Amino acid sequence: MVKPIATTRSATGVPTGRLAVWWVIASEIVIFGGLLASYVMHRLGHPEWATYAAHTNPWAGGLNTLVLLTSSLTAVLAHNAAERGNGKRAANLLMLTCVGALTFLVVKSFEWYHEISEGFTITANGFWSFYYCAAGLHGIHVIAGAIIMLFVAADARKNKELQRVELIGIYWHFVDLVWIFLFPLLYIAK
Amino acid sequence: MAESHAHAHEPHGHAHHEPEGWFKHYFWSTDHKMIAKQYLLTGMLMGVVGAYFAYVFRMQLAFPGKPVPGYGMVTGADYNALITNHGAVMIFWVAMPVLIAAFGNYLIPLMIGADDMVFPRLNRLSYQIFLVSAIILGASFFVQGGAFGGAWTSYPPLSAKAEYNLTPLGPSLWLIAVALEFVAFLLGGINFVTTAMNARAPGMKAFDIPMAVWMIVIASIMFMASVGPLVAGAVMLLFDQLIGTGFFDPDRGGDPVLWQHLFWFFGHPEVYVVLLPAMGFVAEIITVFSRKKLFAYKTVLYTSIGTGVLSFFVWAHHQFIAGIDPRMANVFSVTTVLISIPIAEMCFVYIATLYGGSITFSVPMLWALAFIGEFLVGGVTGIFLGASGADIYFHDTYFVVAHFHYTFFPIAIIGTFAGITYWFPKMYGRHMNELANKVHFWITTVAFNGIFIPLFILGASGDHRRIFDYSNFPELATPEMQAMRVFATVSLLVLLAAQPIFLVNFFYSMFKGKQAGANPWNANTLEWQCPSPPPHGNFDVLPDVYRGPYEYSSPDRADDFWPQNSPS
Repeated sequence: MVKPIATTRSATGVPTGRLAVWWVIASEIVIFGGLLASYVMHRLGHPEWATYAAHTNPWAGGLNTLVLLTSSLTAVLAHNAAERGNGKRAANLLMLTCVGALTFLVVKSFEWYHEISEGFTITANGFWSFYYCAAGLHGIHVIAGAIIMLFVAADARKNKELQRVELIGIYWHFVDLVWIFLFPLLYIAK
Repeated sequence: MAESHAHAHEPHGHAHHEPEGWFKHYFWSTDHKMIAKQYLLTGMLMGVVGAYFAYVFRMQLAFPGKPVPGYGMVTGADYNALITNHGAVMIFWVAMPVLIAAFGNYLIPLMIGADDMVFPRLNRLSYQIFLVSAIILGASFFVQGGAFGGAWTSYPPLSAKAEYNLTPLGPSLWLIAVALEFVAFLLGGINFVTTAMNARAPGMKAFDIPMAVWMIVIASIMFMASVGPLVAGAVMLLFDQLIGTGFFDPDRGGDPVLWQHLFWFFGHPEVYVVLLPAMGFVAEIITVFSRKKLFAYKTVLYTSIGTGVLSFFVWAHHQFIAGIDPRMANVFSVTTVLISIPIAEMCFVYIATLYGGSITFSVPMLWALAFIGEFLVGGVTGIFLGASGADIYFHDTYFVVAHFHYTFFPIAIIGTFAGITYWFPKMYGRHMNELANKVHFWITTVAFNGIFIPLFILGASGDHRRIFDYSNFPELATPEMQAMRVFATVSLLVLLAAQPIFLVNFFYSMFKGKQAGANPWNANTLEWQCPSPPPHGNFDVLPDVYRGPYEYSSPDRADDFWPQNSPS
């Protein structure tokens, strides 16, 4: 498809793609914001949830935090490579970011497997409902981000649509940032 | 591609488009005008469905226990499913797709002088998701137990537990349909906002943007900012329904009022999300047909932004009797009453625009004036409900029903007819029949008042809105009250009988109407400066903008209009 002229215009001075990603993130913030606000309200009303939260595994969560932060670093390096026109290097760094996403999901599955086998399922009580709901919604964003990243990397390898490396990077930082909120709220808060 | 022509003027839009097949043209198009027409026609079809629901349950209320022609006997469960889906269809599948998606798609690129949306394929995807959502909603009527009947607000525990609502599949299908519809409009909204921000014609500064575009953009931003918590809430409610979590179940540590907060945190801004585009159409129409500059462009702009911000702080007026803290109720009473100020200000600005103008009572102008008058009734009766003391009495009576129909009918029906009759010559290059349109206007407007004025009186007499057969409630089934119900229903029948006039006129004029030419109303905005109907790519040469949209009857000029793209 030929891009319309509208797509190439920039009345604000911000490239259209970047502007759109910021609006995507704005609408995502209120989705997670609504969920987390509901959780915090419930948590304040139910001090006993702290005993359930004690069954989460902060070490696995901490490891995942480290993994996601590292993957954000490779996303930034990919952007840097794309800025310098090195599509191949950008693609490789994006693939490395995807490896980070995969590691995150593997650690997460390991956690969930243990929690579910101990009987802490999504229907166990309010805390676990929120736990699986919030982390699951975040996990879907990790998966979606990784899949999009594969497409962007495939284009970048051919030095096409290099501006998209930055766009997926912005999105990835957002996914990372959501986790920075989820980790203390779900794992650490007592 | 534009890179090869980046200097001086941008190239022709439509020179690049190859001839397309029938399927690609009507079903797989990325052209914003075709997507707008898809939204418009789907919305009109859903409007017929929603009107049919209203016909069936109004007949049941007026003539309880008698079979309804074209439907048959109405059971209690049918009645609940009909009122629930009447509300949901009219808001999510008529008002939203027509006012925001159809007109937003059609008008934004044309009015800002662009050849298309910035993301045409995202635009197409938005419509397709919307279509799937409509099909899922329709399918919910044919599953075991029938469609969801827990009101369009879907409050738990009624909506969460099949043993209460007796429809095991309906509520989940309903919720999935609504959630998909939200996704469709999120995609559309991001596209609208980005397009209006970035793809404007050279020279079009913030205060040169037509009010219709501003209003659709502000509405899209409000939608994006308010719908998120409800998306999360919809997932939570879906889990409650399907896998047995207890987010909204007090027995298991959940809170049913939380849903009401999540719902109305979206639901109240939503009123203004659909109001603002209609207000924008009225601004365009009133200036053109009174040949005057919009009285206070910046005031309208700032008050609509103010309305948008304030609308996020009024939602708890829906929960005055849900057990919220009375001190909080006071705060929300104050914010609710405050929001009538910017809305009243807009109405005053429109009236001031009319003052001293040379007014033509064309069909769009009649609709625009009716919008202001009827919406004012909705606004004034809202004051009663916003005051928490009065609301304790009025809550869940027909007074509330009449009040919000006096806001939504002007928005979704009168505003839409104003928009369609005004932009029809642009969309199809032909005029609609004016006499037929005027007959349709008068019958529709008068009949609308005939439906809802009796409901105000019924509501003030204590008529509860969730009752399916009043003969079980002797104190509400007096002959006087029943006579008013019959009057309202007969008015509805008159209103419905007038709609084929419009539909026939619409489809007949599409092919056989009088040729309109590019600018039949002598308007300034850019959509009138390209051929009617605009080709794929819209403008022969993409325009530059030299002035604001409302320079009518300028003393420095022989013509009484001054197109935005005219250099002198």
